[in-house]
Amino acid sequence: MEDVAVIGVGLHPFGRFGPKSAIDMAAEATRAACADAGVDWPDVQVAFGGSYTVDNPDAVIGRLGLTGIPFMDVYNGCATAATALQLAADAIRSGRYDVAVAVGMDKHDAGALTADPVDYGAPAWYGEMGYFLTTKFFGMKINRYMHDHGISHETLAKVAAKAFRNGALNPNAFRRKPVTEEAILGARMLNYPLTQYMFCAPDEGAAAAVLCRADIASRYTSTPVYLRAATLRTRRYGAHEVHSTWAAVEQDDAPTVYASRAAYEEAGIGPDDVDVIQLQDTDAGAEVIHMAENGFCADGDQERLVADGATEIGGPLPVNTDGGLIANGEPVGASGLRQVHELVLQLRGQAGERQVPGTPRVGYAQLYGAPGTAGVSILSR
Amino acid sequence: MTQVAFAPDVFTWPADEPQLIGAKCARCAAVTFPRGPSCPRCGTPDPERHLLARQGTLWTWTTQDFLPKEPYAGGETLETFRPYGVGLVQLGDEVRVEARLTEADPAKLDFGMEVELAIVPFRVDEDGTEVMTYAFAPAGEGIR
Repeated sequence: MEDVAVIGVGLHPFGRFGPKSAIDMAAEATRAACADAGVDWPDVQVAFGGSYTVDNPDAVIGRLGLTGIPFMDVYNGCATAATALQLAADAIRSGRYDVAVAVGMDKHDAGALTADPVDYGAPAWYGEMGYFLTTKFFGMKINRYMHDHGISHETLAKVAAKAFRNGALNPNAFRRKPVTEEAILGARMLNYPLTQYMFCAPDEGAAAAVLCRADIASRYTSTPVYLRAATLRTRRYGAHEVHSTWAAVEQDDAPTVYASRAAYEEAGIGPDDVDVIQLQDTDAGAEVIHMAENGFCADGDQERLVADGATEIGGPLPVNTDGGLIANGEPVGASGLRQVHELVLQLRGQAGERQVPGTPRVGYAQLYGAPGTAGVSILSR
Repeated sequence: MTQVAFAPDVFTWPADEPQLIGAKCARCAAVTFPRGPSCPRCGTPDPERHLLARQGTLWTWTTQDFLPKEPYAGGETLETFRPYGVGLVQLGDEVRVEARLTEADPAKLDFGMEVELAIVPFRVDEDGTEVMTYAFAPAGEGIR
């Protein structure tokens, strides 16, 4: 199997952009990624486009050039961008293509996402009764986790405050103003124990990456970053998951745990080797839980680690250095490629004011979303 | 006043002791809720109808403090909406079910607290019909 290098990344800022279409944002992100890679669009042999709101992400080729290449549209909930990345990597690993693009884009209205629960395999009444809300699942999950593992409300506030602080250092972020822990704790409760400022918001944006066979990466760049693993897992019986009317008494690990273990095995890398981390922080509690689910600490250690500043940009476990979902919002199809964009900048030493000190070598990204799907990517210099 | 269940086949009602209608797989014995076309654990079609315990314990919980968007059909406005509790209730050693809680005050909700099934009004339609749904109430409150 061919090894895979990420030779270019591009991003359209995340936020709200009036009438500008998701396709136009995706075209800008893809152009930026190609320019970063030193690749002309006609050199791209295959592309994968992820989106929730756009039916046909392949419309982006009408902006970039009608070269006739295979372009596959993917949607996989909050793991959409990780799926596009994995498919692009697999296309190269198979030996069939040398240069591939993964691009994600979305344009959501303000407020929580909504959909027909029937399309998620749930009964229609699940939505009509007010259960079809991801936010209340995250509230229930972190509430039990706090009870079991001694996590405080203050820790949730510290996680959100870090996101806003890092977002202030990121010119592409949606939320760029620091918010105090007191303001976060005092904000409107949405789903106990999670307040308004502890949640990310669906918004707009796009991100792209150019991948190639590792053995030809030096043609394009002197700073290739290698994709060491890309894994996806769905929920098993026994995991308590979003959008479910029931859960088993017999408990199994969340899909993130399985995706993470598989990724470490595929990469031949362990959590101790990781220098910079991107986690799905749909809410502040999710970041806390995902620190443990991805092997970066034991359950409950987050209370001390967060208090000690371990997850800050200058700490030993820097998490969501670009502000994560809380500061960037979540254009669902683009979110995972935003994570990859940030990791590539960090590993190249190009992250500016938010650069992790000490030349990070290994980056780690995790996505989790409805109806219980997780994706993990590991990159290294 | 006329009362109707919001969805048939989800709970036994009217009944003195209403119960949630779940499913039990004939092959792997997994108990799930509601009764769907196949067993979520092993995929075996047509699991058997299986009534769930009326009493349980609160495994985890949250509050719903904002008015859900469509397809929510509670009929409230921003002005009339009142927060409600939502929990994952463990029924015996069989299954945990997601359900509304009649209590929405975090100070009055606790992990492991005893709760029991209650059939409660969900909304009142224009013709006065009360649409009823299932919820769990703190044990001993006698709400039906």
